[in-house]
Amino acid sequence: MSATVAPTSTPLPARQGGETLRLLVRNRIAVVALAVLVAFIVVAVFGKALAPYGYNSVDVADRLQGPSVHHWFGTDELGRDVFSRVLLGAAVSLKVGAVAVGISLVVGVPCGLIAGFYGGVLDDVIMRVMDVLFAFPAILMAIAVLAILGPGSTNAMVAIGIVYIPIFARVTRAAVLPVREEVYVRAARASGASDLRLMRRHLLPNVLGPIIVQTSISFAFAILSEAALSFIGLGTQPPHPSWGLMLSDGTDFINQAWWMVVFPGAAIFVVVLAFNILGDALRDTLDPRQRSLIRNARGA
Amino acid sequence: MAPLLSVHDLRVRLGDAQVVNGLSYEIDAGETVAIVGESGSGKTMSALAMLGLIPRPPAVVSGEVHFDGAELVSATPAHLRAVRGAGMAIVFQDPMTSLNPVLTIGRQLTEGMEVHLGLSGRAARERAVELLEMVGIPDPRHRLDEYPHRLSGGMRQRVMIAIGLAAHPRVLIADEATTALDVTIQAQIIELLGRLQQELDMALIWITHDLGVVAGIADRVLVMYAGRVVEHGTVDAVFDAPQHPYTRGLLRSIPVLGQHADALPSIPGTPPDPENLPPGCPFWPRCEVRADDRCRGEVPPLREVAAGHLVATFEKERV
Repeated sequence: MSATVAPTSTPLPARQGGETLRLLVRNRIAVVALAVLVAFIVVAVFGKALAPYGYNSVDVADRLQGPSVHHWFGTDELGRDVFSRVLLGAAVSLKVGAVAVGISLVVGVPCGLIAGFYGGVLDDVIMRVMDVLFAFPAILMAIAVLAILGPGSTNAMVAIGIVYIPIFARVTRAAVLPVREEVYVRAARASGASDLRLMRRHLLPNVLGPIIVQTSISFAFAILSEAALSFIGLGTQPPHPSWGLMLSDGTDFINQAWWMVVFPGAAIFVVVLAFNILGDALRDTLDPRQRSLIRNARGA
Repeated sequence: MAPLLSVHDLRVRLGDAQVVNGLSYEIDAGETVAIVGESGSGKTMSALAMLGLIPRPPAVVSGEVHFDGAELVSATPAHLRAVRGAGMAIVFQDPMTSLNPVLTIGRQLTEGMEVHLGLSGRAARERAVELLEMVGIPDPRHRLDEYPHRLSGGMRQRVMIAIGLAAHPRVLIADEATTALDVTIQAQIIELLGRLQQELDMALIWITHDLGVVAGIADRVLVMYAGRVVEHGTVDAVFDAPQHPYTRGLLRSIPVLGQHADALPSIPGTPPDPENLPPGCPFWPRCEVRADDRCRGEVPPLREVAAGHLVATFEKERV
């Protein structure tokens, strides 16, 4: 196996998707995390078809029932099926994660690219704005944004997206700085490439690794933030099912109906953990130095 | 008729360092000019400055570069972009770092065509295959979809040359294009570039510190020292009757096959600090001749000692 170890001095192409996947699959926990996330996405997309009850089908006669054959996760104070609401809540979480991380990516990555590529005054201006954004605690910042925009799940997505822009800008900029000095960037410029083309075709593909890792981890943060915002009543509004909102409702009944908090809580826990594990595993496999270590350690 | 490329009194200053100090030369289609000198003598900087590839500021560039009827030192960024690659292309020194590791050979080859020729998709791929064939890469169609790390150093340098040729440049600048390669590959690349130059009727500027390479390929030689041209002439004139003490020193330090030498003659001392050039001839501190009192206080101007043979020394002509 030692014959195939790449010298760490030469950058390994991050674009070898096949290789990355092969190394990732060797990490058993990462495979489990990946499976959980696939299940999460399937549930989020097909939740309506899978859920035995509607998200707001009230049945007061059946209120606060414990887990049973009819209601696997029990029922809440209005007699709604907790299992169905957890399944349907996945869609909210996925949507929040995707939209919020999407906003952070679309704004943060170009900011980081421009700041890192041009340097100088432009870099200073962009990164100081990011520093200011970053100086506020994330939840406080999101609450401030929601105070301006008004509560609601769409606004919560925007707020969470804004909060995580600086992280993407920093990660991208830091990755761009060493690549900017590479001879191939100069060579591309010498063959007539414009700044935009240099950034898009030469810098971006070289810095994708850390951005992918950050995306995975930010997904977890975004889902957690949405749950937190809904918990304090600023995110998803009732009667829509959100894991955070369900937790919040459940706290009032925690002594009579533990299932109202345990199941949505467990859902948040499992999905967030899966995204974090995947992010860690991706970081290990996309980092060329770690890569050869993994190859050695797990190589057959 | 005006020459294809004419450089007049090109100067580049980086902070306090005067890295190029009044460089002038001309080159026409089909000609090969070699620029020779030690590291730091301003060879590469002068080439980068012509194409506006040194960020300004901090660099200060003055002088004139006339290419194809336009002046480049004062040209707009858009004009420079149009010249880069299509007018003048550079093949860089190190084939291991000059290719983007995350883009396929094909994508890097077609880039210049997209920018300058408006080719894309199938047409660009076809031309990329032609170019790879032209530079002698076997199985070019298959190579297009490979990443640079699959290729050897010599193959990568061939790819670099193909990229340089992609947009039909009229001047090709080879910046130490063979230095990083082993000798047999060097010979192949030199032969290749010479042949391509004939076929495509390009002007070739060969930047090197290897005089052995120069003798084989160049029509004319410029010897640079501390940002200045110290000798300029045809290869025959400069090699047979070198006039500048620096050129003579360089030629003496080439090892000769079959001639045993315990130590190769070298030029004592080191090149001057470009931030702190001596007031007179920059070579004075290392010079073995020191012909004149003027050497210390005056920069010797380039003067013509024979037709087309220029030299910057106060020393009397030697034969």
